[in-house]
Parts: sequence; C-alpha cells; structure tokens
Amino acid sequence: MEPLLEVEGVSKSFPGVRALSDMRLDLRHGEVLALVGENGAGKSTLMKLLSGIHSADAGRFRLEGRPLEVTGPAEALELGISIIHQEFNLMPHLTVAQNIFIGREPRRWRLLLDERALNAKAAELIERLGLPLDPGAVVGDLTVANQQMVEIAKALSYDAKVLIMDEPTAALNDVEVATLHELIRRFVGTGMGVIYISHRMEEIKAIADRVTVIRDGEYAGTLDSHATTTREIISLMVGRTIAGDARPEGVRDDRPVLLEVRGLSTKSLLKDVSFDLRQGEILGFAGLMGAGRTEVARALVGADRSDGGTVTLRGTPVRIGNPADAVRHGIGYLSEDRKRFGLLLDQSVKANISLASLRERFATAGFVRDKAARARAGEYVGTLRIKTPTLEQQAKNLSGGNQQKVVVAKWLVKDCDVLIFDEPTRGIDVGAKEEIYQLLNELAGQGKSIIMISSELPEILRMSHRVVVMSEGRVTRVLESDEATQESIMHFATLRPDENPEDAAELGIDAGPAGSASPEQARKAGRS
Amino acid sequence: MTLLEAPARESTGGGLASAARNRLQQLLAFASLIVICGFFSVASRYFFTYGNFTAILFSTVVIGTLAIGTTFVIISGGIDLSIGTGMALCAVMSGVFLVDLGLPLALGVPAAILFGGLIGLVNGINVSVFKIPPFIATLAMMLVAGGLALVLSDSAPIYFTDVEGYVELSTGSLLPGVEFPNAVLVLLGAALVAGVLLTKTVLGRYTYSMGSNEEATALSGINVRKWKIAIYAFAGLFIGLAGVMISARLGSAQPATGMGYELQAIAAVVIGGTSLSGGKGSIVGTLIGALIISVLNNGLQIMSIPQEWQNVILGCVILVAVYADMLRKKET
Repeated sequence: MEPLLEVEGVSKSFPGVRALSDMRLDLRHGEVLALVGENGAGKSTLMKLLSGIHSADAGRFRLEGRPLEVTGPAEALELGISIIHQEFNLMPHLTVAQNIFIGREPRRWRLLLDERALNAKAAELIERLGLPLDPGAVVGDLTVANQQMVEIAKALSYDAKVLIMDEPTAALNDVEVATLHELIRRFVGTGMGVIYISHRMEEIKAIADRVTVIRDGEYAGTLDSHATTTREIISLMVGRTIAGDARPEGVRDDRPVLLEVRGLSTKSLLKDVSFDLRQGEILGFAGLMGAGRTEVARALVGADRSDGGTVTLRGTPVRIGNPADAVRHGIGYLSEDRKRFGLLLDQSVKANISLASLRERFATAGFVRDKAARARAGEYVGTLRIKTPTLEQQAKNLSGGNQQKVVVAKWLVKDCDVLIFDEPTRGIDVGAKEEIYQLLNELAGQGKSIIMISSELPEILRMSHRVVVMSEGRVTRVLESDEATQESIMHFATLRPDENPEDAAELGIDAGPAGSASPEQARKAGRS
Repeated sequence: MTLLEAPARESTGGGLASAARNRLQQLLAFASLIVICGFFSVASRYFFTYGNFTAILFSTVVIGTLAIGTTFVIISGGIDLSIGTGMALCAVMSGVFLVDLGLPLALGVPAAILFGGLIGLVNGINVSVFKIPPFIATLAMMLVAGGLALVLSDSAPIYFTDVEGYVELSTGSLLPGVEFPNAVLVLLGAALVAGVLLTKTVLGRYTYSMGSNEEATALSGINVRKWKIAIYAFAGLFIGLAGVMISARLGSAQPATGMGYELQAIAAVVIGGTSLSGGKGSIVGTLIGALIISVLNNGLQIMSIPQEWQNVILGCVILVAVYADMLRKKET
C-alpha cells in the first residue's frame, strides 16, 4: 500500500548551516511513527517545511501519492497536515471552543460570530474524541494535560490526515501520558497517521509502531519500535553506543552530613520533610509530578516561605529567608526552567558566568573588572568543556547542554558547596545528557554536595547515591543506592497516606480528616 | 475511560470560576465607581445633582471615545500613543474640510472621522508590515500628527462659527424635553458599536486572540498582519470621532491641544481592567474607567482641590486599580 506521507531527498540550508540534507521518511496509514534525533538534528526544520513556514531547497513531499506543496500554515491545515508544536500554541484567554475553531468560527451574516453554534460544534468534537473538556472553560485555567487535549482536538478538527506532535508529553506526568497515548490509539486509523517526536525512549516504545532516526540533518534509519532496544535507537541517534547500565559512582556510607533538613513544611504542600545531605554525595529526589520535590528546593533556598522546619549546615542552624541568604551559605539552585530562571539569554557566556559573583569577585568600587571576569569565565569554559566559539557568544545560541553548563559555572564561581539541580537534563539531548552526568559525578568527586531532582527514573537510578522518594508533599522513604529500583521507587512515590489508611499505616502516619484537601493542593503545586 | 473522565469536573469548575472572575472584575470597577460617587455625594452637596451628572458624562465624552478605540489596540497586545495629538489633527482636518473647503456637514464630519482611520492605518502598517514596536511607531505618529496639526492650521485655532449645526453635534439635545447633550449619546452609541464588534464579531475575536498569543493565532492560519492593520485602522476611527467631538464642544479646532489625552485614555482602559499585556479587557470596563477619571476630576474640583492634586490622586488610583487586578490574578 502506498504510504500516507512521503518525504524524499529533502534538503534545506540556512545561511552558514546545513539543516537538512537528503532527508527522507515515510508515514503509513494508521501508524504512529516516532521521529527521534538529538537537539539540532533537523527535526524542527523538517516540521517547519511540512507546515509551510519554510520551503525546501530540494526534494519532494507526497501526500497520498500526490505531490505536496505547502505555502503557509493555513494551507498546511487545509491540506490535512496539523502540527502540535512543542510550545503550546493556544490563546490562554479564550475558551476551549474559541481556541479549537479559531479562524473558522461559525458566523451569521458573514461578520457576526455564532457563539452557540461554536460551542455546539466544539462539544460534538470533544464528545466524539471522548475528551474531558468543557467547551466554555477558559484555556488558561486548565491543567497542562488538558491544554494538550485542547491542542489535539484543535488539530483533529481540521480533518487532519497527518498529525505531527512535537514533544507532546514534555510537561505531562505518567498518568497523563498514558491518557494521551490511549487517545492517540483511539483516533489513529486508516487515512490518518501520526508523527510523534519525543526524547523519551520508554514512551516511543509504548506508542510508536516504527521509529525514524535523524542525525545531523540526515536520515539515519528506520526501526521497528517493538523489535528494537532503546540502546539501539540511541546509538543510531548519536552514532555511537552509550553505556546503558551505568551506575552511581563513588557511593559510600561514611560521608559526613553537611546539610540537615528537619520538619520542613509549607502551607500549600510540604508536610514534615526531613532528610540529610552528605558531603560529596548525589542525593536524588524522585516522585510524581506534584509530589513536592521542586517545592522542597524552593523552600530550602528561601524562594517560597516555609511554615516550619529547621535547616542545619555543618552543624550550625541557619535561617534562610530568601535566595540571597541561600547563596551566602553556599547553596545554589539550578532551576528546571533554565531559560527563564537560570540564564540571561541575550547576554554573553562571560556575563552569565560572572553574574552572581560580580560584586564580590569582579568589581572594584562598583566598576566591573572585565579582565578578571573574562579569565575566570575562560577557566570554567575549559574545565566544564563548554562548547562556545568565544566568551562573548550569547547564551541563547548555545545548545541546551552547554547552557546548563554555563549555569553550573555561575554557581561554581560563586563557591557553592551545595548545588540543587532541578531536572538537570530536561530538554537536553541524549548525547549531551551523558556529559551532564559526567559533570555531576566530577562535582561530587570534588566534594560538592548535590541534590538532583528528576522525573526520569533511569536518571535517578543511574546517578543517585541515595534516593529521597516523595509523595503528596511527604518524604515517603529514603532509599540506599542498592535498594533503589524502578519498582521500589514507584511503590513509595505512589503511596497516598491521605486517602489510603493502609498507606498511612505503612508510613506510620495518622490519617487525619484534613486529607481530602490534599490532592487539590498537589495539583496546584504541580501546575505552578 | 476512568482516566479520561476524572478531570472533567475540574475543567468545568475552571470554566465557571473564570466566568465569575471576569464578571467580578467589572463589578469591582463598577463598585469603586459607586463608592467614589458616594464619597463625593457626602462630601459635597453640589455633587449629587442631575446637572452635575450630565456635566460628568459630558466631560467623559472625549476621553471615553479615545479610550474605546484604544481598548481594541491594547487587547490585541499593542499600544497607541498617537491618539492625543491624532485627535488634534483630526479636529484641524474637520476645520479644513468644513471651514476652508466648505464641505457640507454630512460630508465633512465623516471625512474627519475617516482621516482618523487613516492615521490608524498608517500606525497599523508600521507595526505589522514594518514590524516597528507599537510604542515606537505610535510615539513617532504622536509627533508627526502633533506637528501636522500645527502646520495645517498655521498654529492658529480654526473656528466653526459659520458651520451651521456643528456645535450642536456636541452640546445640542436631540432627546425631546430633557437637557441631555448629544455628545453623550454619541459616546454611548460608539460604545455600543465597539462592544458589539469586540464581543460578537470576528474582528473582536481575533483582537483577543492576537493579544493572548500572536504566534498561535498566526499558526492557526489567521492573517495576523491584515487583522492587526484592521484593528489599528478601526481604532483610528475613534481618534477621528474624538477630534470631531472636542472641536464641536469648543466650537474651534485647537491644534496645540491633544498631548496628554493619550495617557488619560490609556489610564481609563487600564482602570477598566484591560490588561496592558493583551488578551483581556472589555468596553464596559473602559467606560467605567473613563467615568471614574471624570468623576474624580469633577468631584475634586467641586471640593476645590487644586488641579495639581487631582493628578496626584489619579496616579494613585491607577496604581491601586492595577495592583488590585494583580492580586486577584495571584489568588487563582
């Protein structure tokens, strides 16, 4: 049978960069085709060609056997190619129905909107897809998962033949991912196909029929996703084999305790959170979304107010009221959202690295000593192997992995002993992840104490000397490295002592009547 | 299926909550207006009279008209600084059409209003085709329009003494038997038209949509460029209308006035709950905002508080209004 969509010999260059060369893929009727490749491999360029934002230099596209020429987003939609972009493309102030049918509103007398018909149309579509949405709800008020559903409803409302989903699960938790996959399986059928772009290997194996790998803008191969191992896919992506069974390095139980947290609580979520961080240790924080891992970090560095609890650093109780206090005590927090909270994207690598220490280290009487800053930044670019043409390069032009390293360098210059990494490899491609792992191990080896918050279990298992498992704002267990497995972590991450008396008994907590309010709080925390 | 059904209730709740919140926002602005009126009624016995109320409404006309047009621009995520001097230029153009060229009223007035649309059109093209940031593009237009108003009038007022019926556009009373100035009817009519356009038409929907997420709107296949030009041009019509109304009220086109009106109009929009970052706002809110400014000016004047202090108080009101809006947002 003829493929639904064929891409053949497609090339595209931008000034100075060859983004795609001789790329090909074919999407069959009724299948989910995963498209994988490292960041910058050319996936998004291919998507932009398909959606008509750019046009190809060479090559051809065929849809249902007919030559396909897309001249703009509107034409792409008309031809049956819908794209769900990685960044949400919804209007948060409009309702679900208004979002789905934007640009195609039912009208009366050409100009007047027929809001009732609009809502009815949306309700019908939502019902057909079996989505948990209210057509009249304002999109900005929905959870991320439900916003994703709106995107899908919108994409499918165009009678899409090809639906392209770019990292649709980046912000979803496991339950939501399962729901999404169930939905995809439900609507994929004859005359339709899905191209599913993702970094998460488990997911690809769960949802995709075949995997097409793109490397450095070129076609690297197509594999049957059920008959292939994750390692085979990754090695095809990076062009080399990656050790998949790496274990934490330097695990010892005789390390002195550096930071003691006791009874940390917040009004919204955290309940009696206690743990120790030892010197030179990588302490993993695992849990489902909304469990309160990021909240622990934020309360610890004073970014959020805590309601109770003590923090002891090197045996001395300390009070941390705001992030500046935390930094003074040598605690640096590396946010999961580097681009918003970690970097000055328009500023140079040098400026970013020296920023936090500008006053103490690189200034005399208020004047910046550029030479000192430059020397120090250069030093760290070398030791952390930051790939940048010059120190003056703007941070936004670096890859995700190198941006992360710049943030690390900033805190190292500041002499931080405790580094809290929140999702250190989010948005970083597989090859560069290894480098970040290596860096974390090196930092721990030098005696830095590291808290690593991660939603990826393989990452937790690969890196953590010990694992703090959280659920519903509580620490449910601290696992030693040899006790930690996917199963044991998931067990403790899914305990719900507030709803389930058995779970409460297992944890030795009195199940209080206040329990009913807590899932609400957990959800709020997960969203914020 | 259970997975899919579970969150349904939540999203429904979100919908109701947000609808209630939008209503609450307008209610709050309206409640502040009532409170302010109540305060002045108690503070001065001259405030709570029919005559004073029509005076307040009358004095709201120019700022209100400008603010209504600007509401579109601001909801779409833009800003228009050229409305003040643009209004002065349109007043002068009205003089040129009616006095210098001697066009009849039925031709000259629409021409002056359309001239405002032309100003908006140029703004729209600069913003959307040449990608000049709205602040800069309309700042430049503010200077251009202010200068042109002086050039075209030789820096002298143009009097409409010989144009029959012009002044009555503003001060006359069409309603039989009551003293109710036409200008207020014009404002209410303009508000009605704008309100319908904003909430019931495609133009309005895309105005919100662009302000909410411009890129997403473009990717949905909507010609953002075209619609943005349309929004600025449409808002420009209100510049023209304000130009006609202010010159009719004064009986003359004053080329040097206008500067400063844009800030008052923007203040009215903001007090009315429209977000300067776009995506949200309403005509009713803007009208209430404009009324709050008028009532404050009027009441403070009645209480013999000097003009200088009126500005100080207005500034504080803007801060309080915006801060209250932010607090409400934080709660959700």
